Amino acid sequence: MIFLWAFLVGGAICVLGQICFDVFKLTPAHTMTLLVVLGAIGDGVGIYDPLIKFAGAGASVPITSFGNALVHGALDEMKKTGWIGIITGIFKVTSAGVSAAIIFSFIAALFVKPKG
Amino acid sequence: MAVKSAGGGKYRKMSMSPKEYQAFAKTREPSRSIFGNCIRAFIVGGAICLLGQAIQQLFIHLAHMKPEDASNPTVAVLIILSVILTSLGVYDKIAQFAGAGSAVPVTGFANSMCSAALEHRSEGLVLGVGGNMFKLAGSVVVFGTVAAFFVGIAHLIFGTGGAH
Repeated sequence: MIFLWAFLVGGAICVLGQICFDVFKLTPAHTMTLLVVLGAIGDGVGIYDPLIKFAGAGASVPITSFGNALVHGALDEMKKTGWIGIITGIFKVTSAGVSAAIIFSFIAALFVKPKG
Repeated sequence: MAVKSAGGGKYRKMSMSPKEYQAFAKTREPSRSIFGNCIRAFIVGGAICLLGQAIQQLFIHLAHMKPEDASNPTVAVLIILSVILTSLGVYDKIAQFAGAGSAVPVTGFANSMCSAALEHRSEGLVLGVGGNMFKLAGSVVVFGTVAAFFVGIAHLIFGTGGAH
């Protein structure tokens, strides 16, 4: 069942992005930025966690979950260490995504000639 | 061709200037293509999330992770896949077909970084790869971080102590 919801919710978030492209004529960068901010606000008001529980990867794979994870790190760390945690904790959860993207993109640039 | 496909009783003569034709074609095109684009974005985006769910399920069952802990390695695996596909030139073909369907998932984030890195490789490792990798992805990181900061401040002000 979680697979079905992952497909539907993930697809729906992508349609939201496509509507930003086509209807509101936003550039990809603006659309991604908007979605990330939406994800951050979504976690701030506490609706993103239930969505992840409900849709699994459908909510954790789209870029909105990046905003969610940033807020998550900040709030978790704030719980432990007080207000300074907002600064020290922001990248705690997103580390996997950002570091993986940097490291493998760099390795790819070392060994691969661009195509097309 | 275009004149015939316009259909109906009203036939326009082929003597339309290119400009007129473009304007005419524009009135016919968008509504259909937006719907089609959304369908394609839905299917491809959903499929990527489905793949993510499958990988996550593997982490849960084979590595005995909790669902919350499994989503991070899942994202990392998807990013590796995306970088490989970008390097092979496949991801850009998918992106042409899928639009936001391949751009919105985290794979699109990795794709934008990897393709920027590859594209600027000829300008050198430091100025080219290092300097341009975040050209597109940078806005996402910057705005995400700033938004997260303000959400954190809001939680501080409302005194939730980080509970959410």
